[in-house]
Amino acid sequence: MSGSTYLLETRDLGITFGGVRAVQGVNFTLAEGELRCLIGPNGAGKSTFFKLLTGQLQPSQGEVRVRGRSIAGLQSHEIARLGIGIKTQVPNVFNGLSVRENVWLSASRVAPRGRVESAVDEVLDRLQLGSVRDRIVGELAHGQRQWVELGLVLATGPELILLDEPAAGMSDEEVERTAALIRSINERCALIVVEHDMEFIRMIAKTVTVFNRGEVLMEDSCEAVLRDERVRDVYLGRQLHADLAGSSA
Amino acid sequence: MPSSRFDRLGLAAFGVLGLLAMFALPVVLETFTLLELTVYVIMSILALSLAFIWGFGGILCFGQAAFFGIGAYTYAIASLNFGESTGAVLLAVAVPALFALALGSFMFYARISDVYLGVITLTVSLILFNLVNSTAGDQYRIGSAPLGGFNGIPSIPTLNVPFMPGSPLDPTQIFQVCVAALMLVYFGLRALLASHFGHVVVGIRENERRAELLGYDTRRFKLGAFVVGGAIAGLAGCLFANWGAFVSPTVFGLAQSAQIIIWIIVGGLGTLIGPIVGCFLIQWLTAWLGALNVINSNLVLGAVLVVFVLMVPKGLVPTLADLATRRARRAAAAPQRGVAGPTQAGSGRVGGLDGIAEEVVK
Repeated sequence: MSGSTYLLETRDLGITFGGVRAVQGVNFTLAEGELRCLIGPNGAGKSTFFKLLTGQLQPSQGEVRVRGRSIAGLQSHEIARLGIGIKTQVPNVFNGLSVRENVWLSASRVAPRGRVESAVDEVLDRLQLGSVRDRIVGELAHGQRQWVELGLVLATGPELILLDEPAAGMSDEEVERTAALIRSINERCALIVVEHDMEFIRMIAKTVTVFNRGEVLMEDSCEAVLRDERVRDVYLGRQLHADLAGSSA
Repeated sequence: MPSSRFDRLGLAAFGVLGLLAMFALPVVLETFTLLELTVYVIMSILALSLAFIWGFGGILCFGQAAFFGIGAYTYAIASLNFGESTGAVLLAVAVPALFALALGSFMFYARISDVYLGVITLTVSLILFNLVNSTAGDQYRIGSAPLGGFNGIPSIPTLNVPFMPGSPLDPTQIFQVCVAALMLVYFGLRALLASHFGHVVVGIRENERRAELLGYDTRRFKLGAFVVGGAIAGLAGCLFANWGAFVSPTVFGLAQSAQIIIWIIVGGLGTLIGPIVGCFLIQWLTAWLGALNVINSNLVLGAVLVVFVLMVPKGLVPTLADLATRRARRAAAAPQRGVAGPTQAGSGRVGGLDGIAEEVVK
């Protein structure tokens, strides 16, 4: 398959902070409309990988290609204009503005002038944020702010959305709603989802990529990944050890 | 986005007050008081220039006096050379704007952080002070205008009827022009803040990284705001040079830059009306203390600043707006006690997109 057929492709991608290799030699491909989950223990390089994809960090080696075009040297806003949106781990929103103003700022970047208000309403309805549309985002609960950030991303009509722990801090009901929403978003655009919650991953994932120590450990179907011993060692095992240590304390 | 009813009321109130000031005050006040008020109005325009870029753009420029001074000197030099004020006024706005464009391009496109931005702007202002201060010799002149060094430039032609150098304005007319300029700047900034550009500028103040990730080139928007601020400060400088028919290097001084920041802190950051109130209040206090001749006015101003930073950190206007909002909400909640309503947009915040609707107390 030639590189240009992929929506996203990284070749030997890496970044070093001082002597630490946060991401190294990552070869990753994502097809149009694909939904991929990234898992891995804390510090595996998943969030750094997202920052490299969105231009928040410049790689020390390798390159990122979007539809075959290298994005080396592009600024974050230029990459966003290629149709890549990101919802970060900690809600990254306009805290001092209302929910509606947040989404308006996003929608007005892409929608024609006469269509902005209806685009905002559409996103607010889809995320069931209508009842808090005039609330200041900084005053909302963590879960709601996650939804607002997702609304910001959706309002730009991206072709690829990067979701960093979208279910973190959400109730069971919210997690199910989020999974359903992600599946519905995936009907129109590709997604890469970083998540720790295995139940959540089972709900949404077809293919899972496992990161460990900045490298891709393996890539396979969800069930195959969860059965793999290496994954259990580096990720689930570690979690188990942590749980045991916590319970003995 | 549509503006609120309070917003429209506030705008109308400002317009009526401005027109009243323009036409009623010259009738009831003596010329001396009118001259004093004129300089308050001019300084309010200067306050608005920083109120916009700091309060709404989040750019703390410690050297706003640089643009004020460039505007003042440009007007002085141009009017002495042209022999009339129309072209000089236009240049006094254009030159500081171009200077802001050059300086801002360097700072924003080099992604200078906020702290260094403050240091750079202050340093530029002080460099200009020293530069102009050392041009006392007769050899330092632009066209027929001597720069005058620390002595400044005296006998600057005052404003005249556009393109009619033989018809200079009298102090009353100059006062009216200054009030009109203040209203123009205020309404202009409100319109700018209501535009898409203004909304994005406020968004960048709230979260620059998020704005970038949505696809906005934040450097361009910040530069645009900075240039607008520079042009407005230049206009204030032009009117100031015209008011006293004199300009000296002190317009670039540290005291001048510091004063603007104090006006905004006292009046309220993130509003446009607050810095005007703060400017009038502090200027009046300074003049009053100077007339009393009992205590050093700088000591009192320092104490006022400390008190405001510690006790009224939001500034006068946002604090009064908060009080009014809380009182109105309590009155509304009284008949239906026990029913807790959600917090509404605009509660205690300043500088939101809808503007600034929090300027309800004006």
